[in-house]
Amino acid sequence: MSRKHLNLGVIQRILGLLLMLFSVTMLVPAAVSLLYADGQVALFISAFLILMAVGLLAWLPSRRQRGDLRLRDGFLVVVLFWSVIGLAGALPFFLADDPRMTVTEAVFESVSGFTTTGATVLVGLDALPPSILYYRQQIQWLGGIGIVVLAVALLPLLGIGGMQLLKAETPGPMKDAKLTPRIAGTAKALWLVYLLLTTAGVLAYWAAGMSLFDAVGHSFAAVSTGGYSTHDASIGYFASPAIETITIVLMVLGGASFALHFLAWRHRRLGDYWRDPEFRAYLAVLGATTFIAVAVLVWNDVHDHPFTSLRSALFHAVSVQTSTGYTTENFALWPGALPVLLMFTTFIGGCAGSTAGGMKVIRWLLVLRQGTREVTRLIHPNAEVAVKLGDKPVGPRIVEAVWGFFAVYLVVFTLLMLALMGTGVEQITAFSAIATCINNVGPGLGEVASNFRSVNAAGLWISTIAMLLGRLEIFPILVLLSPGFWRG
Amino acid sequence: MKIIILGAGQVGRTAAYHLAREEANDVTVVDVNDHLLRDLQDRLDIRTVAGSGAHPNILELAGAASADMIVALTNSDEVNMVACQVAWTLFRTRTKIARIRSLAYTGHEALFFDTDTPPPDGAGFPVDVYISPEELVTQYVERLIRYSGALQVLDFADGRVRLVGLKAVRGGPLVGQQLRNLREHLPNVDARVVAIYRAGNSIAPEGDTVIEHEDEVFFLAATEDMRQVMIELRRVDDAVKRVVIAGGGNIGLRLAQRIEDRYQVKIIERDAARARRIAEILRNAVVLHGDAADEELLIEENIDSADVFCAVTNAEEANILSAMLAKRLGAHRVMALINRPAYAEMMQSGSIDVAISPQSVTIGSLLAHVRRGDVVRVHSLRRGAAEAIEAIAHGSRGGKVVGRRVEEIKLPKGATIGAIVRGQDVIMGHHDTLVEADDHVIVFLSDRRHVEAVERLFQE
Repeated sequence: MSRKHLNLGVIQRILGLLLMLFSVTMLVPAAVSLLYADGQVALFISAFLILMAVGLLAWLPSRRQRGDLRLRDGFLVVVLFWSVIGLAGALPFFLADDPRMTVTEAVFESVSGFTTTGATVLVGLDALPPSILYYRQQIQWLGGIGIVVLAVALLPLLGIGGMQLLKAETPGPMKDAKLTPRIAGTAKALWLVYLLLTTAGVLAYWAAGMSLFDAVGHSFAAVSTGGYSTHDASIGYFASPAIETITIVLMVLGGASFALHFLAWRHRRLGDYWRDPEFRAYLAVLGATTFIAVAVLVWNDVHDHPFTSLRSALFHAVSVQTSTGYTTENFALWPGALPVLLMFTTFIGGCAGSTAGGMKVIRWLLVLRQGTREVTRLIHPNAEVAVKLGDKPVGPRIVEAVWGFFAVYLVVFTLLMLALMGTGVEQITAFSAIATCINNVGPGLGEVASNFRSVNAAGLWISTIAMLLGRLEIFPILVLLSPGFWRG
Repeated sequence: MKIIILGAGQVGRTAAYHLAREEANDVTVVDVNDHLLRDLQDRLDIRTVAGSGAHPNILELAGAASADMIVALTNSDEVNMVACQVAWTLFRTRTKIARIRSLAYTGHEALFFDTDTPPPDGAGFPVDVYISPEELVTQYVERLIRYSGALQVLDFADGRVRLVGLKAVRGGPLVGQQLRNLREHLPNVDARVVAIYRAGNSIAPEGDTVIEHEDEVFFLAATEDMRQVMIELRRVDDAVKRVVIAGGGNIGLRLAQRIEDRYQVKIIERDAARARRIAEILRNAVVLHGDAADEELLIEENIDSADVFCAVTNAEEANILSAMLAKRLGAHRVMALINRPAYAEMMQSGSIDVAISPQSVTIGSLLAHVRRGDVVRVHSLRRGAAEAIEAIAHGSRGGKVVGRRVEEIKLPKGATIGAIVRGQDVIMGHHDTLVEADDHVIVFLSDRRHVEAVERLFQE
């Protein structure tokens, strides 16, 4: 029996295994490099060997460690795992000759990829080697539905403790819902849906005229609501209504709950979507933002034709709220409050259990219901009002947790924004940079409207931390920072 | 196998634990109590659904449409029976097991039918198997009392063969001797030692293994030879005469009813009304109204001359304490019903002679139905770490089992073929015994994790 309150041996074994698993993914860009003969094979092979070796070194001494992961171990594993993968993914960027990147830039680019943020420090994407471009898209895709989900689906190693990991990684306030009796089954179901959506996206893009390389890359980053592109001009490069429509559909689907996709697909019922209160609210917010944006754009004669305004407004409303961050033009230059309004919709984000960032529609919905409950209570002081989602009552425990989340989210946001301003970044840029990072969107306003090149090194680290906090929904990291966690 | 368990009570939770830890099973647990479910889901890799298990919409949510088996273990007989009826009528679930406690129902076999062989009129509840944990525990305790000295007594082949676990005690003729001497000691008896546990660790029993004092020895023998083998391993215990039962609940009363003609039985019940009620039912047993942990009451009733003291109340802590007290006051052998495995482990290594775990008694009857291959009976041993399986060998000669000698059968590590039952004959598994078709083969597995390999042997 161990006296330690953390099962460090088991944690080390799992981290080692996951690192080895991740190192294998380096072989895909290596193959891409072979195919395009861009001379980066050695880079990815050496990244593969280094990560495999580090993974082995961690795994070998602890491979006989057994025992279940407990709640605490779960938090530590998830946070360590995302940090370690963020660093490991930076290796190819750091080793590459073209582009030349500092450690800070490489880590920022990698974490931005895994957290599906899509903010970049690179310019001149169109001239980069295809394998490196592909690699950026791939890490977004891997990070989209969650690396832990992938690990649980592939390796039966996590057992009962795996549920703790999934809970810590899955976005949203209600984390107990399992699609199948086994977690491995649930994880496989999620990946299957993810894979199907991505494949459909590749085929659609290809049919709409993209090259296969671009089709794969953009489908990866659209379904994962990441937003990396292989072109500096993002989706605007293609200037094609068909491609924009496909992108909109993929982003909307990526921002919806994958559990909902799975159930609707299994029941073969599209009505499941409509019956889901969160999905309805999600569409309603998207519709409202688009409507306001169209009105403002047409009123100010921003585009030559109202139809162009509609196209652009819809695209950016969806792209920003689902935290993807694809653009066809610089929306930061739009008139009036529009750019800031779009930035605010990122705080709503997508649905719980999706690949999108933000605080999630369901949480806002619950807060709204709470608000109407207070109004009802003022009118009828004796009324007994339940907070409901659809027909189902929501327990007070969950509503409390949502309030706690809101408070912590705002505090963390404010602190990070102040810290970024402390490094010398002006206010609107700092606000939008932290908003775009913590909500995992990508583009911001001001100096970070298209990339993060102008941000200093300290600012990049702050933004990197913001992205991780946002992806893991703050609490797992906060738990690690609390003294009670380490005291046992 | 996709399994739905109804009820997250004591029995339901144990069933979920045992079934879910086998990779092949997908378990969904249904209960009305949300809190119980959340707690359970945090600990086991299962899905949970909140709601009444007999309601069709809840069963559908739990996946009844594709479930292979439904196990209704709520504490209401009526809910369990209706749930089986609903599962069969609406979802055609193949295996339906219900917990039915009341003798008022189980007394009428015509009430239930096995859906594999439905009666022509189709009347009755479609319950393939009904189990009554109380009844199983009662039978188990009764056997323990009969074989004084045994830690476990388990039946195979309708009671023709028994597996007994007991602690070897210095003074038994075979203690300190090699196993192969068993045959010389008992030339007319065929028995086989299938497992030895020394200080909690399993030792593979070979011919030259020496049995030591305090070893836990499991052996198989024909029922009529049982006592002779036991005598080899510990000094002769005097036959049991006086039995004291603490607790006049479901189990206590049933136990008293079954044994009151054979032994002098005293039963202690705390509740006055209940005590009066059981006094009306029992014919020979003496019913005492009082606290089983009351020292004076125990002394007054000559606890020091009791051969067996058996604490079977609902409260395990009370069972433990009263059994320890009885032991200290001179009861020869004390047993206590203990639910928590951790308590059982603590107690059996010291102050209490036998810790009876109702879960492992009950779970065996469920496990027999999830095992692939033609498995008749499964007994869970050593708190679920080991298993004893009775399976029927099918197939033609030259298969994996049939037509092979015991030594030729590829058993996983830690597995032993203990005995073979052929019609009415019991044959002990020696290395050259030939297995024939339709033999009941009894396999002892010291490590349950290899159970799949054994299942494969008995699958066609």
